[in-house]
Amino acid sequence: MSDTGIGAALRRKEDARFLTGKGRYTDDINRPGQLFAYIVRSPEAHARIRGIDATEASGAPGVVAVLTGKDLAEDGIGGLPCGWQIHSKDGSPMIEPPHPPLVVDRVRHVGDQVAVVLAESRSQAKAAAALVDVDYEPLPAVVSPADATADGAPQVWDEVPGNVCFDWEIGDEAATSAAFEAAAHVVSLDIVNNRLIPNAIEPRAAIGEYDANADSYTLYTSSQNPHVIRLLMGAFVMGIPEHKLRVVSPDVGGGFGSKIFHYAEEVIVTWAAKRVGRPVKWTAERSESFMSDAHGRDHVTHAELALDADGRFTGLRVHTKANLGAYLSTFGSAVPTYLYATLFAGCYTTPAIYANVQAIFTNTVAVDAYRGAGRPEAAFLIERLVDTAARRLGMDPVELRRRNFIQPDQFPYQTPVALEYDVGDYPATLDAALELADYEGFAARREEARARGKLRGIGVSTFVEACGIAPSAVAGALGARAGLFEVGHVRVHPTGSVTVFTGAHSHGQGHETTFAQLVSDRLGVPADQVEVVHGDTAQVAFGMGTYGSRSLAVGGSAIYMATEKIIEKGKKIAAHLMEASPEDVVFEDGSFTVAGTDKSKALAEVSLAAYVPHNYPEGLEPGLDETAFYDPKNFTFPAGAHVVEVEIDPDTGVVKLVGVACADDVGRVINPMIVDGQMHGGLAQGIGQALLESCEYDASGQLITGSYMNYTMPRAADLPFFKTGRHITNCTHNPLGVKGVGEVGSIGVPPAVINAVVDALSEYGIEHLDMPATPERVWRAIQTARA
Amino acid sequence: MASVSMTVNGRSFHGEVEGRTLLVEFLRETLGLTGTHVGCDTSQCGACVVHVGGRSVKSCTMLAVEADGAEVTTIEGVASGGSLHPMQAAFKEHHGLQCGFCTPGMVMSGIDLVARKPSPSESEVRHWLEGNLCRCTGYHNIVKAVQAAAREMGG
Amino acid sequence: MHDFAFHRPDDLAEARKAIRRAEDGKFMAGGQSLIPLMKLEMATPDAVVSLAGLEELKGIERDGDALVVGAGCTHAEVAASPEVAAAIPALARLAGRIGDPQVRNRGTLGGSVAHADPAADYPAALLALGATVVTHRREIAAEDFFEGMFQTPLEDDEIITAVRFPVPDAAAYAKFPNPASQYAIVGVMVARFGDGVRVAVSGAGGNVFRASELEAALSADFSASALDGMSVSRDGLLSDSGASAEYRAHLVVVMARRAVEACD
Repeated sequence: MSDTGIGAALRRKEDARFLTGKGRYTDDINRPGQLFAYIVRSPEAHARIRGIDATEASGAPGVVAVLTGKDLAEDGIGGLPCGWQIHSKDGSPMIEPPHPPLVVDRVRHVGDQVAVVLAESRSQAKAAAALVDVDYEPLPAVVSPADATADGAPQVWDEVPGNVCFDWEIGDEAATSAAFEAAAHVVSLDIVNNRLIPNAIEPRAAIGEYDANADSYTLYTSSQNPHVIRLLMGAFVMGIPEHKLRVVSPDVGGGFGSKIFHYAEEVIVTWAAKRVGRPVKWTAERSESFMSDAHGRDHVTHAELALDADGRFTGLRVHTKANLGAYLSTFGSAVPTYLYATLFAGCYTTPAIYANVQAIFTNTVAVDAYRGAGRPEAAFLIERLVDTAARRLGMDPVELRRRNFIQPDQFPYQTPVALEYDVGDYPATLDAALELADYEGFAARREEARARGKLRGIGVSTFVEACGIAPSAVAGALGARAGLFEVGHVRVHPTGSVTVFTGAHSHGQGHETTFAQLVSDRLGVPADQVEVVHGDTAQVAFGMGTYGSRSLAVGGSAIYMATEKIIEKGKKIAAHLMEASPEDVVFEDGSFTVAGTDKSKALAEVSLAAYVPHNYPEGLEPGLDETAFYDPKNFTFPAGAHVVEVEIDPDTGVVKLVGVACADDVGRVINPMIVDGQMHGGLAQGIGQALLESCEYDASGQLITGSYMNYTMPRAADLPFFKTGRHITNCTHNPLGVKGVGEVGSIGVPPAVINAVVDALSEYGIEHLDMPATPERVWRAIQTARA
Repeated sequence: MASVSMTVNGRSFHGEVEGRTLLVEFLRETLGLTGTHVGCDTSQCGACVVHVGGRSVKSCTMLAVEADGAEVTTIEGVASGGSLHPMQAAFKEHHGLQCGFCTPGMVMSGIDLVARKPSPSESEVRHWLEGNLCRCTGYHNIVKAVQAAAREMGG
Repeated sequence: MHDFAFHRPDDLAEARKAIRRAEDGKFMAGGQSLIPLMKLEMATPDAVVSLAGLEELKGIERDGDALVVGAGCTHAEVAASPEVAAAIPALARLAGRIGDPQVRNRGTLGGSVAHADPAADYPAALLALGATVVTHRREIAAEDFFEGMFQTPLEDDEIITAVRFPVPDAAAYAKFPNPASQYAIVGVMVARFGDGVRVAVSGAGGNVFRASELEAALSADFSASALDGMSVSRDGLLSDSGASAEYRAHLVVVMARRAVEACD
């Protein structure tokens, strides 16, 4: 292995450009002759459009065109597709209302796209947009899933009675009922999983361009998966064949799921560019991001856990209403179903599980995957139930978890909710976290805090997640409308340097470094001689992009498979050069050696021969350039244990985080520095959900938390240093043994935070608190308990 | 339109701008210095932090005309002679950045902190960064980087 | 943002002339309140007259029993000023916690006071210290200055030149910030003078106000325990997504107690 290979905390290759202001994000790109688009958005949560008068706007300075949904429809542009079809428990497919990039006659949430103004400058486009006169006839709106399913609720879609998009179930209802009937203890909780706004710091942006001579389009977009956008927009929305549509996702300033989806603005700029014959650029203002980026979470759940007399979990039953928002976003239907309820076994041997999920349309922004996507919601309800059970049974919450763990010798472990976990060591992971957190010393710290008038609490969560989506056949059987493999392409140049082309996309994850390390490790080439190319459909053959912690497990495996092909071919060339049989050639540390001899050829000698094939094996193609498509055999199952310690000021209700310690099993670690960084970011977002962040609409559908003035983002002073540890078991079914790390923090830590808060408040008899545990919410809980 | 002259990263610029032109718009669109970013419209995220007269400011909350006659430094201007500023180097060494979008503002803010507080405590760094949002790093490595840079800069 | 004419006068007289010539002109000091409002088009002046850098608005000096702070002093300057630290350290600390460092590098005392945001920090200091707002033409007691939310008696062409703060025996400011905006949900300034204690509250209501019942209690016994069991009425306090009136009322007492404990 090279010293820039697997396991090295290599400093990132991409940092040089980011640190010197040379990053190239979509808004940094300007195309000759470009116009600026400003979207006219609905101020109404729900309204019929009686008419749109663009006369004044069209005549405003600099305005080239004002386009509406009618224009879009006339040009035959379709609606945005949903990528995952769910079937209700009665077998009927989910109801899929249209999702036009610009609405025609009805708006369904504040921020819905009504028209677009194209002008010579940003400020002209914005000024003219204010002049577009839209005649709205307001309709009653509904924002919460509970209200939306009440009798007589306003209908978001005429074709969706009761606003229920689908009513889905998983698990064995009868067996679960039986478990509850036989239970010694039943613990139940009503849980709200708070709605979040992803808030990548780079607002979304897109530039559309049309080349009339070639009849081809280019879209620059801040996307996590340019090939998916090409597929969806080309095939389903605009009818552009792949070879006529190039999608480029340059540097992207964070995604966290919110930049997976195919958004209306991508269609608008591409379509408008052809229509007016000039490139069209759109960049979201942050206030637009708040009302147009897909939101996350937003579940209301009733969850019950059955236990036997010894505290063994015997059944879990969950009823969830999931808010979809007004439209089905790209993966909106998969998140509250297959990414959620399939995780209900958690780390435990619960034998009977049943879940029912109703997905509900409301007059809010579409809800879709946000870091963790379904799995944080699952972990939260399980881990809150377990802690509540421990409290009710008078058991130590750690001991209760241990008693129910799937043991290391039980893998592969088939859960009652479809997944087969390949490997893990949950007791060891928990031990590691407890040690990092000095769990033993907590009682003394609590006493010390009490002397200062503070309430100290400690909370644990142990969780498992399914990542590395996904085996295509499995995903397809569950309703996915795309394959979920990944593409890796390794090109060894004549002099031995390497270019890697990957269908994964890096928007902070550091792929340019991690993937270079992979190749460095396998091919023995220093990482600085490995260039990673991503984010451009014209350069990368195909790809499914980055989400669901899949880049390394799926994309990295594809790259690994391609390097294997390189080595196989290299052996043939090397054997020829060394006059040996390919079977006798071994490849190690960057050299092909005839086993048992000192005959050796460096990779660069072999690659030179491959491109200058003067002395070359007969019948073998020149070149050293291989592509692999890797379709995973199973999901990967990262797991972890998080321990959080808080101190509450009873006078104000302020929750101060005083300790966050995690031990995670993310599979084999390629770059520990990057892995820790991913942990930190996920933890901050999870802590944000638990303590700070909440998207709020008022009853009329107005977005109350529409800016950083009232949506609380975690700041540096809100967080402590994190202690991140690991206990690794390698994934058994991918060639690298990797599992994924992007989401563990946001999945594992919210229940640990709330468990700690509830622990701190236990002397008041408080058993549950919804997220976020804001000072006022905590203070109120204390007041109510004292009263 | 108003005329404006300023020195940006050591080079003089003269031009005509509208009164409403924000400093960040002038830097990005007129001068092509796209290292300074815009992440919000309510003056909170700090992706646009630059130095004016040696002090950190939010260039989205300052008019270009207000910088008339001033020395402006952006992220493009802090490295010297091909070597990174110690703050930039520390961000790299301590993995204080992921997507890179908030990074220019963080680096500029960090440099200003160390200029007035040569060896800031963890708490001082965290409070100083009140005006800079990062969604990737949980601030953990940013705080480490700023403290490390302070040590390197002689604090 | 709507466009406007920008003026950079050399002195106050010229500044006033420029504002009088405009139809809907606005003075701008550091712009940290005005520019965000203009970006949201909640302010659409046709002319902006910059007060930045005017010498007549600079300077911090001790003047007998008072500290006179030039209106053009930035929050960062007030926070770092040895004169302020010597006379009213609480004022320096308050200034050092306004907004964020970048806001403090641009925003000014005069700008903040003229803006009269009920959730800003300075108004509590002015009111608790019994400060006087000095304009180019008159002096206005803080009591009379903060008329309501964004409401002051300033004439359109009137410029705050300085604020005169009486130096207290002891004072402190305790702030409970909105976690999102960092503005005060409740900010309480407590100031002890020879003739009694003054307590002023920012953030909690539609205007900065004095908490007379807390003042009475603290005037009788200047200790945190003097506030035990006390409450302030929630009537007239704000209730919004940041905090309910009930919680704000509670926090007023808690912050007052903390301010008393921090007094120096």
